Amino acid sequence: MSVETPDTAQETDSAATSKAGLSRRQFITRGGALVLGVSLTGCAPGSPRVPQFFKIDDSQTEGHEEFTFAPDAFVRITPDSIVHVMIKHIEFGQGPYTGLTTLVADELDADWSQMRALAAPASDALYKNLKMGAQLTGGSTAMANSFYQMRNAGAAARQMIVGAAAETWGVPASEITVQKGIVRHPPSKRQASFGDLVEAAAGQPVPSEPTLKSPEDFVFIGKEMPKIDTLEKSNGTAQFTIDLYRDEMLTVVVAHSPTFGGRVASFDASAALALPGVVSVQEIPQGVAVYAEDTFAAIQGRRALKIEWDNSAAETRSSEEMISVLREKSKMPGAVATNRGDAASTLKDKVGTAAGTHLEAEYIFPFLAHASMEPLDALIERNPIGEGVIASYGAQAPTVDQPVIAGVLGLMPEQVRMDVQMAGGSFGRRATYDSSLAKEAAFVFKNQSADPASRRPTKLLWTREDDMQGGYYRPIATHRLSGSMSADGKIIAWDQTVAAQSFYLGTSLEASIKNGVDYSAVEGASDLPYATDHLRVTNHLIETGVPTLWWRSVGHTHTGFAVETFIDELLEGVGIDPVEGRLALLGEHPRRAGVLRRAAEIADWGRAAAPGRAFGVAVHKSFGSYVAQIVEIEAAESPDRPLVRKVWCAVDCGIAVNPNVIRAQMEGGIGFGLGAALYSEVHIDQGGTVREKNFDTYKSLRLHEMPEVEVSIIASNEDPTGVGEPGVPPIAPAVANAWRRLKGKRVSRLPIVRTT
Amino acid sequence: MKLKINGQTHEVDAPPEMPLLWVLRDKLKLTGTKFGCGIAQCGACTVQIDGQARRACVTPAIAAAGTEIRTIEGLEGPAANAVQSAWVDLDVPQCGYCQSGQIMSAVALLENVPSPSDEEINRAMMGNLCRCNCYSRIRQAVKDAADQTGGEA
Repeated sequence: MSVETPDTAQETDSAATSKAGLSRRQFITRGGALVLGVSLTGCAPGSPRVPQFFKIDDSQTEGHEEFTFAPDAFVRITPDSIVHVMIKHIEFGQGPYTGLTTLVADELDADWSQMRALAAPASDALYKNLKMGAQLTGGSTAMANSFYQMRNAGAAARQMIVGAAAETWGVPASEITVQKGIVRHPPSKRQASFGDLVEAAAGQPVPSEPTLKSPEDFVFIGKEMPKIDTLEKSNGTAQFTIDLYRDEMLTVVVAHSPTFGGRVASFDASAALALPGVVSVQEIPQGVAVYAEDTFAAIQGRRALKIEWDNSAAETRSSEEMISVLREKSKMPGAVATNRGDAASTLKDKVGTAAGTHLEAEYIFPFLAHASMEPLDALIERNPIGEGVIASYGAQAPTVDQPVIAGVLGLMPEQVRMDVQMAGGSFGRRATYDSSLAKEAAFVFKNQSADPASRRPTKLLWTREDDMQGGYYRPIATHRLSGSMSADGKIIAWDQTVAAQSFYLGTSLEASIKNGVDYSAVEGASDLPYATDHLRVTNHLIETGVPTLWWRSVGHTHTGFAVETFIDELLEGVGIDPVEGRLALLGEHPRRAGVLRRAAEIADWGRAAAPGRAFGVAVHKSFGSYVAQIVEIEAAESPDRPLVRKVWCAVDCGIAVNPNVIRAQMEGGIGFGLGAALYSEVHIDQGGTVREKNFDTYKSLRLHEMPEVEVSIIASNEDPTGVGEPGVPPIAPAVANAWRRLKGKRVSRLPIVRTT
Repeated sequence: MKLKINGQTHEVDAPPEMPLLWVLRDKLKLTGTKFGCGIAQCGACTVQIDGQARRACVTPAIAAAGTEIRTIEGLEGPAANAVQSAWVDLDVPQCGYCQSGQIMSAVALLENVPSPSDEEINRAMMGNLCRCNCYSRIRQAVKDAADQTGGEA
């Protein structure tokens, strides 16, 4: 069976009881039925909310259960009172299935046990990210762009259910209450479930401006709600793309060029084809595809291929050579990202530094792999209905990929049904602006046979080696900073040059480069929060043949490091406490100062470090959220490296919709950033091949190295902002600052533990 | 080849050198055991063989013949229940992909060492990579599970 309807999806009752005392069920169902949808397009309060109606192609919905009550694009209630929430964002651990369902449940006054999350189908009209204009998950925006949209959806459904009850019972709507999924008319002691009322509710007018709750009336928002997908992720039943099997399915691995830009010159598949289980070998633009009855045969078949590669168009430089280009460029100022006062001459004339300090620094950042636990994979199969196909995988931008798959297969975009799967991590890797995975999966499906009717389902699977050597890394970058600080801790001038590889240059994103500046390379530096009259931040961009991509917190991964270690060293140079010194410079940034103060409070900042230990601090804003982290480290031997004992973390992300998820994202972000800062680097050797091929050489944090983490969330009435990425940027500079204070030596190149 | 998995004997038609991982997944559709690296570096494929945590991605199927193989689908018993309850109570998983392997390692640990020290937890769990870095909660869940079984798994 290719499609699970809500009726057939596993719904495992569980005796497990959450902290909140709620019975846990299997909350995740899959499918994508839409009969008629109404989208409430408004997002912020006060902005116009115009109801929009969309007729969805019925041919896409056969085999799906029709939902009795579908008041808008997001809420589906069936007669058994189950509330299915269509989630437009991919779930890969950051929590939108839980978070967005919480918003609907709250406004609907549902019972948590009746809530289910359902992956939405591909549709920009219905499901675009309101901050991005297309159906994308990225920039830590899932909650920020859905906060009003999902609440409106829940409130509209509630109003229609109440209207239906009022009409059915012949009572005023104002006398009706809804609590935990039960609709009551107390004066007449009548009550009904949502399921009892859905048929009547479907006939109610859709309110264009439903009334939203006041924050003091929230039932679920702000509470420690358990994650909706924990149970299935704790008993092995959670299903990822790799777990999809179909009758007659072929598993496919592709031999990719060992260099970036290399192409197949010729190949000999005879040995591969002689292996049992290998069905076929075909060339595709991405390499040579081995089709097999099972994964082992496919991998063995790939090993047996003899391929001559044409490297005439390949990138053959080493990563060291590319970094040298960046270092050379950053000696001169680049395109201006920020310029106020006159930083250059102020520094040149050494104004006011006699009693203060002057500092020059260079920082170097390597290529980084995302290395999500589930390697890239994608299943494509013929849709039993019509001429089209179904593409099932962890698509981070389904409406971007959909026309690409259609283009390869000679179909119309609407003939490609996108079934977005839960993904085993991404950290940015699945957000490919060029739809490279979708394209490869489509060619794999297509090239097995010229006859569309005879094409078997194909599951493309990347091995870890494909993933590690496959590019789309965090770009290399170098920073040069020059700055001076007066004896009383004022920044006299700050001059920063960021040279980076840009994945906007030469790609479909090129229009985003403004006046020579790639904002994704300077974000977090060009908006320096620390007060100074003389600030200049400039940007050099280079292209290389190595494809790069956003990597959890993007430019902030390096700008946060450069800014936060440089300010720390300036303050150390004039003997001012790093927390006090920062606070004095953050007058116009109360929320940033707020997290810094909170982190200092919970860390009991100001006490002396134990012998052999040191504290370090950093604070950074990214994706609208503010995070401060204080670390306590000691030195570990062989290799010589900081061992992080404890991290105190304060976060201000506006209204804390789910503190449990926010803490989890801070903990995970800290571990992710720490592992990368300590160990991670992708080297490209002379000739263009990638040195790190698997987790044995591409190292990341392991359990015994995970520090104790204490998270404090700032109470706020501001609209919610992101938490998936903002936990990452501060950890590396906080550790580097502590390490410098312990060792007396600046960390000027990451990772801290370098193998070469 | 005959393999005894979760108490049940399966007749499997596969080359003897096929890693147990692919037999479990591709042949028997026991998909809880995950593929992560193929070289025993990440632990996503952890199963139990005769009560010990083993990486199925580097275990030839033939080498597991005649043993008791246990996967996440066959978990039961006091340690398993305690571990899985602790995982749920602490909301350990993020993306969830590595969690079968984490849980298999944790259960094997508690069944062999009912009250593990921090160092024993480190040794048993450091082979299981989690790129979401859920490690704080994993460690706490292992400790909670040990407390819950009262060291009598």
